[in-house]
Amino acid sequence: MERETKAFLSGNEAVARAVRLARPHVIAAYPITPQTTVIERLAEMVEEESLKSEYLHVESEHSALSACIGASAVGARTFTATSSQGLLYMAECLHYASGGRFPIVMMNANRSVALPWNIYGDQRDSLSLLDCGWIQAYAEDAQESLDLVLQAYAIAEHSEVLTPMMINLDGFVITHTYELVNVPGQNEIDLFLPPFRTTNKMDFDCPMSLAFTAGPAYNQAFKQLQHLAMLKASRVIGEVEERFGRLVGRNYPGLIETLYCGDAEYIIVTLGSVAGTIRPVIEKLRSGGERVGLVRIRYMRPFPDAEIRRALAGAKAVGVLEKDISFGFEGTVFTNVSSALMRSQVVPPRLLNFVGGLGGKDISAADIELIFKRLKNSEPGETVEFI
Amino acid sequence: MTCPVRNRSFIPPVELGDYPVGTAFPAGHLVDTNAAWRSLRPVIDATACSNCLICWLLCPDGVIQRHDRGALQIDYDYCKGCGICARECRQKAISMENEGNYGT
Repeated sequence: MERETKAFLSGNEAVARAVRLARPHVIAAYPITPQTTVIERLAEMVEEESLKSEYLHVESEHSALSACIGASAVGARTFTATSSQGLLYMAECLHYASGGRFPIVMMNANRSVALPWNIYGDQRDSLSLLDCGWIQAYAEDAQESLDLVLQAYAIAEHSEVLTPMMINLDGFVITHTYELVNVPGQNEIDLFLPPFRTTNKMDFDCPMSLAFTAGPAYNQAFKQLQHLAMLKASRVIGEVEERFGRLVGRNYPGLIETLYCGDAEYIIVTLGSVAGTIRPVIEKLRSGGERVGLVRIRYMRPFPDAEIRRALAGAKAVGVLEKDISFGFEGTVFTNVSSALMRSQVVPPRLLNFVGGLGGKDISAADIELIFKRLKNSEPGETVEFI
Repeated sequence: MTCPVRNRSFIPPVELGDYPVGTAFPAGHLVDTNAAWRSLRPVIDATACSNCLICWLLCPDGVIQRHDRGALQIDYDYCKGCGICARECRQKAISMENEGNYGT
C-alpha cells in the first residue's frame, strides 16, 4: 500500500499493520490471550511475503524477548508482543533490554494477573513493571495504537534515548474492538521512519563486547545514564509527534491529553480506553453547566509530572481512576500523580483514588457520573474507593 | 564505520560522558579486574612445563598467555582460581597454592 487507506481493524490488527509499515528485521513472540491476533496477523504477513521479517518461533515469552535482545544487539529492528502472565514471565529480560539500551518495541495487551485466573483487561500487569526502565505508553483506541507503534520506533531508536518502549492496549476493549482506522502509506512511513542505524552492533571488522559486567565502581553510572535518557525521551516524544503530524497528518498532544482543564473544577485523571467512556459524560455534565474535565495520561514513563501540575493547577478536586491497586496502599497511578503534585508551589487539590475495572469489571457512564458527584461532595475518609 | 583502536589500555571512566551508551564497547580489553574471589592460585613450574598448551586451550577465562619463548604466564588480574589448568596438566607442572601466601 503506497498511499493511506482506511480499514476496519481491531486494535491488534492495527498494531500488526503498523509493525509491517515499520519494516522490523526480527519478530519473536509467544501467543497469549488477548495479544494472540497481533502475532497471527504478523505470521500471515510473513507467510504471504508482504512483510520481509525473520519470524522466530519461541517456546516462551522469556525467550521471545531474549531473542529480540540478541537481534537488537546486532543492529536489527525488532518487535514482540505479550500480555499479563507473559509480561511477568519476561520481567527479567525487560531489565536486560533497558540496561543494554536496546530499542525494542513491544505491544502489551493489558490483562489481569492470576489468581483468580482471568483473561480480561486491567492494568496491573504493566503498572507493576513501571520500574523496569521501559518507556510506557497507553493507547485509547485502535488508531492511536497504530500511530504509537510507528512513533515508538522513532522514539526508542533516537540516539539520545536508546530505550525500549512498551505500548499498552486495554485487553479486549482495544485489542478486539473493530474501528475504522487510517493506515498510512508505506511511502510516508519510509520517510518518517528510516532504517535503524546503531554503532552498538556486532560487526566482524569492529568487534564489540556486548552485555558486559559492571561492578560496584561503575554500575551506578549506567543506571544514571538510563534515567537521564528516559528524561530526554519526554522532549523527543514531542519532536517525534510533531514530525509524525507533518508527514502523516495526525497530531498528538504529548505525554498527557487534557479536556476542559482550563476552567474545570472537578477533573478525572485516567489512562487507556476508559477515557472513551468519560468523554461523553463530560460533554453531558458540561451542557448542564458543570465545570468538569479530564486528564488522560498517555505516557506513564517518562512520567508527565510538570504537565500534570499545570493541568490540575486550577482544580478543586481531582479523582484518579485506574485499573490497578498496590495492595496495602493505593493505586500506582495515584501515587505518581500525588508525588507530582507535592512538588507544586500551589496547594495540591483534594485528591481521591478510584480503583475499578479489575479483572475486566465494567466501568460504566453511570460510574463516571458517580465519581464526579463524589469529587464535588467528598468528605475526607478512605483514600481508595473501589467502584 | 571506522574501527576503534584495538588492544588499547583501559582508561577508567570519570565523568558520565566517558561511559558507553548501553553495554556495548569496542572489544579488545576488559573494563575491570576480577580476581578477588580466588582462594588458590595456579603457579607454573617453568622447569617442568613442556609447553604442550593444554592449559592454554582449556582455561575457561583465557587468562593463560603464551609467548614465543619461555614459559606460559598467567594473568592473575582475571584468573578465578578454578584449577582446571592444574588438574589437566600432564606434566604436573601447575600447583594450586594458597592465595594467602601471596599477601593478596
